[in-house]
Amino acid sequence: MTSGNVVQRGGGTVRGYGSSLARGNEPVNLGDLLERVLDKGLVIAGDIQVNLLDIELLTIKLRLVIASLETAREVGINWWEHDPWLSGNAQQQHLMEENRQLRRRVEALEAGDESRG
Amino acid sequence: MRPWKPVMRAVAEDMGLWAYAVINASTPMRSVAGIAGGMVGTVVAGDLAAVASPVDLADYGEDALRRNLEHLPWLEAAARAHHGVIAEAATAGAVVPLRLATVYRTEAGLAGMLVRNRADFHLAFDRIQGRSEWGVKAYAATATVTSRPASQATTELRSERGSGAQYLSQRKARLAASEQARKVAVASARDVHAMLSSVSVATDLHQPQDPQLSGRRDRMIMNGTYLVDDQASSEFTAAVRDAAVGSPALQLELTGPWPPYSFAAVAAEG
Repeated sequence: MTSGNVVQRGGGTVRGYGSSLARGNEPVNLGDLLERVLDKGLVIAGDIQVNLLDIELLTIKLRLVIASLETAREVGINWWEHDPWLSGNAQQQHLMEENRQLRRRVEALEAGDESRG
Repeated sequence: MRPWKPVMRAVAEDMGLWAYAVINASTPMRSVAGIAGGMVGTVVAGDLAAVASPVDLADYGEDALRRNLEHLPWLEAAARAHHGVIAEAATAGAVVPLRLATVYRTEAGLAGMLVRNRADFHLAFDRIQGRSEWGVKAYAATATVTSRPASQATTELRSERGSGAQYLSQRKARLAASEQARKVAVASARDVHAMLSSVSVATDLHQPQDPQLSGRRDRMIMNGTYLVDDQASSEFTAAVRDAAVGSPALQLELTGPWPPYSFAAVAAEG
């Protein structure tokens, strides 16, 4: 495997790959890609609707198939699921994002009021 | 470069449009092959443009899509094609990636979506303009997790024959050492995340990946993603190297720059 930039100094190691803009060298890791195109990216409703519930099922199924979480549980390496910091507190992230947007809208509305009054 | 804006309104009845991303209408988009080889073009509405390519609804209609998405090789091909187009668009300007499998029946439907969500897209552009996403994964270095080589353990097992209690207590000690190593690695990963956050505009934590998915035997303990100003990208990669040097309990893996997938989400509606 030809890693793009392997840096090794002292005890630390950085392994880099998958430069997705300067394409060519090494293909992007499928897991890294799926967690972005399935879980991230802007969700807007298309004309062709794949039921969101189905997508949830798909994602769960995918995780079972390729991430094999069942196996992970059996051998007891699922401890991160109970660590809110490591599991990424999605609910909190969502609220923070909503908060940011509401603040911007309030600012925009207030700016509008000032220009009228 | 002259902006390339093909006409796609002549979408046949059995064809739809697969949408990849939204870009500024002024951003030049090179024509490349997208999903199923369809040539990519743009649908423009005001100052926004959707990057899309025609797809056959026999394969990309509602039922077919649901069926196909369950098929891993199909999904992988779609994901790579989707990403390929978005990465191409990102070389020319700011891009708001759309989630996989966003399909429209008509060009008018796609243009209408741009108009309805214009304010939200502008919010997204404000956030990601001139910035890229970088991924940093931290693995617990194997040596700190496995407390001793297997051969040594085997020798011990042999000598411990007949002493179950002794064996159990040693096994307990090994587990405690491994748990301690994990705690050290987690604390270290937390420091790395804090340090990288200080040179980022925004951060997000993805679920750590299973060894089968990451392709590595080491235990992944952090799967962070960082939105970084393009002008600060060398500062960021230098920070990752510094973090690696300062964290002997960890192995760090850097990916990117990615289009800003993890930072595109705004509350948009159809």
